[in-house]
Amino acid sequence: MKIRFAVGDAVRVRRAFPPGHVRTPYFIRGRSGVVDEIAGAYHNPEELAYGRYDCATLPLYRVRFSQADLWSDYDGPVGDTAIVDIYEHWLEPAEGGHQ
Amino acid sequence: MTADTHSHDGHDHDYDHDHSRTFQPDIEESPFGQYQVMAQALGELLIEKSVITADELRAQIEWLDSRSPADGAILIARAWNDPDFRKLLLENVNAAAESIGLSAGDIPIRAIENTPSVHNVIVCTLCSCYPRALLGLPPDWYKSREYRSRTVREPRAILAEFGTVVPDDVEVRVHDSTADLRYLVLPMRPAGSEGMDAAALEALVTRDCMIGVSLPRTPRS
Repeated sequence: MKIRFAVGDAVRVRRAFPPGHVRTPYFIRGRSGVVDEIAGAYHNPEELAYGRYDCATLPLYRVRFSQADLWSDYDGPVGDTAIVDIYEHWLEPAEGGHQ
Repeated sequence: MTADTHSHDGHDHDYDHDHSRTFQPDIEESPFGQYQVMAQALGELLIEKSVITADELRAQIEWLDSRSPADGAILIARAWNDPDFRKLLLENVNAAAESIGLSAGDIPIRAIENTPSVHNVIVCTLCSCYPRALLGLPPDWYKSREYRSRTVREPRAILAEFGTVVPDDVEVRVHDSTADLRYLVLPMRPAGSEGMDAAALEALVTRDCMIGVSLPRTPRS
């Protein structure tokens, strides 16, 4: 399995709104973060939801976001973060990344 | 018996025969929503088509209902007392559980370590993903829209409502378990617990501190 991103890479979550069983929360779509960990290879839930159990696996990343980047009015310390598990097809390189 | 239950119709009752006023509603009398209908229909179809048996479905529900935070507490207490076990727990919770005869189930579970500089809290913004094998069924508040939305939006306010005030020099790190992994917080060992044995340590580990909305109990001096 080819792994597109490495730990430390800057990535952006695709700003897309496809129908179906999507496990990418709205609040991070279009937002940039940093790959915190490569969590392994898993089946795409968007395929599994329709019974396609033989679909290829794809890398699952744990992506770390700065809370201040997610919410313009976040009133906690600048160091606060959120880590969200995101499948590779939802990620693209972000500016500042070392792809 | 109060006066109004035996004087309402003018004759003397020792007890009230008006059952409609004294019964609590049965489960079947609460609203039966679309998702409950779908879940029940799915279960019936799986049995009808011999994919699973009724007994297997029942046994799975029984197993889920039998899980409790006690197993999670055993893992945390052991990690506090045993550095090798702690290392294994942080690498692979399922393997760590199996090594001491507990089952963490088939879904991969990660332990997330609290440190003096990072406080972790777990949420599933999309539904109710939770390490059920080790903590039991999630509390209702964990599944509520308010917890799911506010934990990523204003985590410090949510934590404060649980009585957990995190200092500003400590990072609050929210983990949104949206995918294939489940998370368990490994809290910091409380001060004053030095020398305590496994059973005493387990009593300090609450469900909520393994979700990250709280801290372990403090030992009584």
